[in-house]
Amino acid sequence: MLFHDLTRPGTDEIKVSDDSLLEIEHVTMRFGGLVAIDDLSFTARKKEITALIGPNGAGKTTVFNCITGFYKPTVGRVMLTHPRKGRYYLERMEGFKIAQQADVARTFQNIRLFPRMSVLENLIVAQHNALMKASAFSFAGLLFMNRYAKAEKEAVERAKYWLNKVGLYDRADWDAGNLPYGDQRRLEICRAMCIQPAVLCLDEPAAGLNPRESLELNELLLGIRDHEGVGILLIEHDMSVVMQISDHVVVLDHGRKISDGTPEFVRNDPTVIKAYLGESEDEDLPQTVKNDLARNAGKDV
Amino acid sequence: MADMKNAVATPGQGGFDVGAALKESGKAAFVAGLLGLPLLALKADNFGSKLGLVYRWDALFIAIAAVFVGRFLLILLSGRQKKSEGGVFAAFGKGIHSNMALIGLAGLVIGVLLPVVYPDRYVIYIATTFMIYVMLGWGLNIVVGLAGLLDLGYVAFYAVGAYSYALIASQFGWSFWVVLPLAGLFAAFFGVILGFPVLRLRGDYLAIVTLGFGEIIRVILINWTDFTGGPNGISGIPPITFFGLPFKNGDHGTFASFFGIAHSPVQRIIFLYFVILTLATLTNLFTQRMRKLPVGRAWEALREDEIACRSLGINPTNIKLSAFALGAMFGGFAGSFFSVRAGFVSPESFTFIESAVILAIVVLGGMGSQLGVVIAAFFVVILPEVFREFEEYRMLLFGLAMMVIMVWRPNGLLSFREPTIRLHPKKESA
Repeated sequence: MLFHDLTRPGTDEIKVSDDSLLEIEHVTMRFGGLVAIDDLSFTARKKEITALIGPNGAGKTTVFNCITGFYKPTVGRVMLTHPRKGRYYLERMEGFKIAQQADVARTFQNIRLFPRMSVLENLIVAQHNALMKASAFSFAGLLFMNRYAKAEKEAVERAKYWLNKVGLYDRADWDAGNLPYGDQRRLEICRAMCIQPAVLCLDEPAAGLNPRESLELNELLLGIRDHEGVGILLIEHDMSVVMQISDHVVVLDHGRKISDGTPEFVRNDPTVIKAYLGESEDEDLPQTVKNDLARNAGKDV
Repeated sequence: MADMKNAVATPGQGGFDVGAALKESGKAAFVAGLLGLPLLALKADNFGSKLGLVYRWDALFIAIAAVFVGRFLLILLSGRQKKSEGGVFAAFGKGIHSNMALIGLAGLVIGVLLPVVYPDRYVIYIATTFMIYVMLGWGLNIVVGLAGLLDLGYVAFYAVGAYSYALIASQFGWSFWVVLPLAGLFAAFFGVILGFPVLRLRGDYLAIVTLGFGEIIRVILINWTDFTGGPNGISGIPPITFFGLPFKNGDHGTFASFFGIAHSPVQRIIFLYFVILTLATLTNLFTQRMRKLPVGRAWEALREDEIACRSLGINPTNIKLSAFALGAMFGGFAGSFFSVRAGFVSPESFTFIESAVILAIVVLGGMGSQLGVVIAAFFVVILPEVFREFEEYRMLLFGLAMMVIMVWRPNGLLSFREPTIRLHPKKESA
C-alpha cells in the first residue's frame, strides 16, 4: 500500500490533482528508537502558503529537513511537482541537488547567512549554479569572456530587485553579519528567492521580529505567493502570522498530523486546542491563555 | 568596531593615569627580575677544571630597566591610541585598502627594479627566497584564507612539485618549462587525493588529517630509496635555462653568447628571481580574479557556512576539491621552482616546520588578505636574515616579533575584507 505509486508510476497522474506542489506521503523519520515523524502525509498546493504548526518538539523542523535533503526519511515519499520542470522524488536525491535541480529553497530557524560577505555577495552566491553554467565552471570568467560579465550583470539585477523589495538596497555593501536581526531574516528569504525556487520553505521566519517587522514579513510573503507564484511552506509559532496569511494549515503533535485544513477549521479543531493547551480546557487555564484564545477565536482573516 | 564606537562616544576619557601606569610597569619589572635572576644574572662557567658561577648584575639591571620603561611606554601609547579613533594602525589599514591596486603595482615595480638597483648575489638570493614564500602563502591562502580549510600539510604539495621536477628532469632531461605545468598538475592531483578523505572534516580534525598527509609524503620520500633517493635526496638536477639557452660559459648556444654579453654567474640568479616573481604575480592575479568568479565566491561562502551552501544547491564536494587542487597546484609550481634553483632536493626540506611557516605567513597576514601575505612573509623570511648578526638570539627575536604582532593585531596584519562586488561606489570616509 505504501509504495503503491512507486510500483505503478502511471497512477500518479490520476491521483494527483493539478495544483499540488509538494506531496508528503507516509513519511516516517526514526532516529534510533525515537520516532520524530510518524506516518505523515499532507499536500502543499501551488501558489498557496501552507503553514506547519505544532507544539515544541512536534517534528516540524524534521519535516523540513526531510524535504530539503538534510535528512533522508526512513519510510515514505516526498514528491515535488515542479511547475516548470516536472516531477521530482526528493527523498531519493542527494542533499544539495534538491536545491540545485528541484529548486527547493529554504531558510533556517537560526539564521544562516554568510556573515563576513556583503549583502550583495550573499545574493550572488545564491545564484551560484546559474553563474557556473554561464561561466563554464568559471573558465569563461577567468578568460574575461563576455558571457560571464553578462551573466553576472543579470545576477546583480536579480539581487537588486530583491534588495529593493525588502528595503536593503542602501546597505547592499554591508557585511551581512552587521545587519540588524530583522534585516538578516529578510535577507535570508531574499537569498532563498534568488535561486528562483519552485517552493520556498521558511523555518520560523517571524521568530524574534517585532510586531511591525512581522507585518512587513506578512506582506513580503503574500507578495512572493501572488506576484512570484511561488508556493510557500512555513513553520511558525507566531499565530498572528499563521492565521493571517496561510491558506492551509497542517498541525503536528509528537510527529503525527492531528489536523489539516483552513486556518478557521484548525483554529476551532478540538484536537488542536487539546494538543496546545492540554486535556482540561477551561478550569486550569491561566487567565492570559484564556484571553489569547478568545482573541484568536475572534480574529478574522 | 565596538571599541571604536566607545572611543568616539567618550572622547573626554583619554586621561592618562600616571600612578596606575607606574604600578603596572613596576609589576612587569618585578616579573622580569624574577625571570632574569636565574636566566641572566647567574651564569655557569668553567674555572679551570671546576664549574663556577659568574654574577652579571649589570645585565639583570639593564633587563629590568628595559622592561619597566617598555611597559610604561606601551601603556602610554595604547592610551593615546584609544583617543584617536581606533588607533594609528586602523587608519593606516584603511589607507592601504583604499589604494590596494596602487600598492600592488608599486610592489611589482619595486620587485622588477630590485635586481637592476641591487645586482648583488646575496640580496637577490634572499629576495628569491622571499618570493617563494610569498607564492606559497598565496597558494595556501586559497585553501585556508578563502575556503577556510585548515591545512597543516601544505608542504606535501611543495614536495610533490619539487620531486616532480627533480625526477623528470634528471631522468628524461626535460626542460623546466615543460615540467613546470606537469609538476603543477601532479600536485593538484595530490590535492584531490588529500581532498577526498577529508571532505567531511572541518577545523581541528581536518588539521590533524592534513598534518598526517604531509608526514606521509615526507616518510615516503625518505623510505622509497629506489625512486626518490631516500634520505640522500636527488642531486645534480639540471639547472634552469633561458628558454633553452643554458647559463654557462661558452661561445655557442649559451645565454651570454646569444645576447653578446660576458658570462656572469649572477645572470642565472637574476633570471631565477624573475621567474619566481612572474610565477608569484600570476598566482596573485589568478586568486584575485578567482575571488570574483562563482567558484571563488563559493569558497568564501563555504568558509562562512557549509550548511547554507548546501541549501543553495552548491555542491560542497566540488568546491572543496577545487580549493585543494588549485592551492596544491601553486604549491607544486613553487616546489618545482625550488628544486631547479637549488639543484638538489631531499626530504629534509619538506618537514612540518615548513608547513607551519607557510601557515604562519597566511595567519599573520590576515586570513584571505593577499597583501597581508606579502607583509607577513617579509616578517617571517627577511627579519631572521636581518637579525643574522644577533646569532643565537635571532630566533628569539623572531618569536618575539610574531608574538607582538599577534597581540597587537589578533586577526592578522590586514584582516580587512573588501567585497568582491559593490553596488554603491566606495565612500571616502566610511
